[in-house]
Amino acid sequence: MTKILVFIEQRNGQIKKASLEAAKTAADIAKSLNAEISAVAVGNEINSLDSVGGYGVSKVYHLKNAELGNYSSSAYTQALSNFVNANGTEIFFFPATSMGKDLAPRISVKMDAGLAVDCVALNVEGGQIIATRPIYAGKALMDVKINSTKKVFALLPNVFNAGAPSDQKAEVIIENVESPNLNVKTVEIKKAEGKLDVAEADIIVSGGRGMKGPEHFGMIEELANLLGAATGASRAVVDAGWRPHSEQVGQTGKTVSPTLYIALGISGAIQHLAGMRSSKFIVAVNKDKDAPIFQIADYGIIGDIFDVVPKMIEEVKKIKA
Amino acid sequence: MKIAVCVSHVPDTATKINIAADGKSIDPSGVTYVVNPYDEFAIEEALKTKEKLGGETVAISLGGEANKESLRKALAMGIDNAVLLKDDSNRDSISIAKALAEEIKAQGADLVFCGKQSVDLDNSVTGQLISEILGYNSVSVAVTFNLDGNKIICEREIEGGKEIIETTLPAVITAQKGLNEPRYASLKGIMAAKKKVIEEKQPAQSGSYLEIVAMKRPAAKQAGKIVGTDASAVPELVRLLREEAKVI
Ligand SMILES: Cc1cc2nc3c(=O)[nH]c(=O)nc-3n(C[C@H](O)[C@H](O)[C@H](O)COP(=O)(O)OP(=O)(O)OC[C@H]3O[C@@H](n4cnc5c(N)ncnc54)[C@H](O)[C@@H]3O)c2cc1C
Ligand SMILES: Nc1ncnc2c1ncn2[C@@H]1O[C@H](COP(=O)(O)O)[C@@H](O)[C@H]1O
Repeated sequence: MTKILVFIEQRNGQIKKASLEAAKTAADIAKSLNAEISAVAVGNEINSLDSVGGYGVSKVYHLKNAELGNYSSSAYTQALSNFVNANGTEIFFFPATSMGKDLAPRISVKMDAGLAVDCVALNVEGGQIIATRPIYAGKALMDVKINSTKKVFALLPNVFNAGAPSDQKAEVIIENVESPNLNVKTVEIKKAEGKLDVAEADIIVSGGRGMKGPEHFGMIEELANLLGAATGASRAVVDAGWRPHSEQVGQTGKTVSPTLYIALGISGAIQHLAGMRSSKFIVAVNKDKDAPIFQIADYGIIGDIFDVVPKMIEEVKKIKA
Repeated sequence: MKIAVCVSHVPDTATKINIAADGKSIDPSGVTYVVNPYDEFAIEEALKTKEKLGGETVAISLGGEANKESLRKALAMGIDNAVLLKDDSNRDSISIAKALAEEIKAQGADLVFCGKQSVDLDNSVTGQLISEILGYNSVSVAVTFNLDGNKIICEREIEGGKEIIETTLPAVITAQKGLNEPRYASLKGIMAAKKKVIEEKQPAQSGSYLEIVAMKRPAAKQAGKIVGTDASAVPELVRLLREEAKVI
């Protein structure tokens, strides 16, 4: 029976949502290929690892060592490649997070497997997995097929639906890792202060050059706070020094696909769209009716952000009250 | 120290992409090609490292004759030598990485810079692949790079922050925007680059694991709804988000 494995990412002992999306997707594919599925996590202490059972994976291996709490490309690659080669894994799914995208290619070399990253759809046709992935900054899509027996896929976060979990618990099997290879070692993690990151947020409120200056981003922050959203920015405002680069959405910033993306005073240049076009709902406020952002917006207001945004704050306050 | 930079030659991000008649590639007519933007950060970091610590720099590109334009640009910025691994076939990332790794080994480079991502097929895997093939240490998506003796300290961008990473040579680093400000080629550099010979080599063949089945346009989004033309439309917008889209 074909063996399928899915990587469960933890940071700080907490399981990341993108890996649950990958787990559910991999479990569905295992069903249609009549394959066996299990999950693997690398780390030290990991909270509620058995919860992956709720997404259709009944067995999870925990490759454990006190030195594996933080990500290390060398140690994680070593632990995972030893595991997959002993276990006989043929198909390995990763979330395409910063960790998953760093690891997937390394593991593909160790497994001698073909590799498809940033998948936005996976379809099984005649026993073969056809993966769809965006290319040219999302201006086109490519369907690919991996022809080697062993295959590695990385799934773009926020695209596949993990759904509501069942109350099934997975069996957790701990495998202690001896002397991890710490040739590449994370010595510290610097957190962006108390902020929700655009790459992980469900709602993003983004501002562009139309905001006129850094002093006006207070209203973006207020709206974002009310909605439990992250604040994002176009490159124009990051280059102007109004906002930090960590907030930049787009081709040279972050690729996001939240449930709701609110673009305020952003024209919608192709490189900006590249980073956010797969958002489920897009709202645009712009005073130029011909701004390209309206071509992909689900809802738009042609108007002045300095009138519209304060009103949005007022209305959202009402519904949250 | 020998420093290698991998340079890919890609369509300018502003160009319109049309799918060719075979349905599996893009139509190159009317497309302007440039040095991959992330590779400019890689080139700059190689130059800065050489200026600080000495050594020799080489740019390597795998692809057709046209890739020489990007290699020429690397030379104009100040890279010492350039090698074109001439290959017009459609290789997947693994096959490209194998050929690049082979050349990096032949060059004896112990420090390699790549871009974080090629803005054509947007894979962002080649640097990691090369490092595993060669058994080098590596850091991807680096926003800072410091080399002291044999020791490297890098910051790598992750969700909601940065990882500060320590490692040693030999290493492959992939460059993210923010790593540095790429310099402009000077007129003198451009003139000198014109005279330099770009070495051409035939890379070994290795099969591709990945087969392109089709390329297509993303489904056109249905035209959205213009809710209104001033702030009076906001209550309706909020209602739609709440009741129709059910997102707030
Ligand atoms: C290689 C490369 C990579 C790039 N990567 C990125 C990237 O990652 N992310 C990114 O965002 N860009 C990127 N860009 C830049 C991109 O091309 C655009 O320049 C940028 O996105 C424009 O930002 P903007 O929409 O904020 O500004 P503008 O294009 O100047 O748009 C401002 C908008 O605000 C509107 N406006 C002004 N005042 C008001 C008002 N009072 N009320 C309502 N609307 C108002 C205007 O009508 C206009 O549409 C990249 C470019 C290149 C060449
Ligand atoms: N054909 C190529 N020739 C030289 N370098 C390449 C090539 N393809 C990719 N690279 C390097 O690998 C990086 C990441 O590319 P990719 O994995 O294709 O997104 C690029 O920024 C280049 O530094």
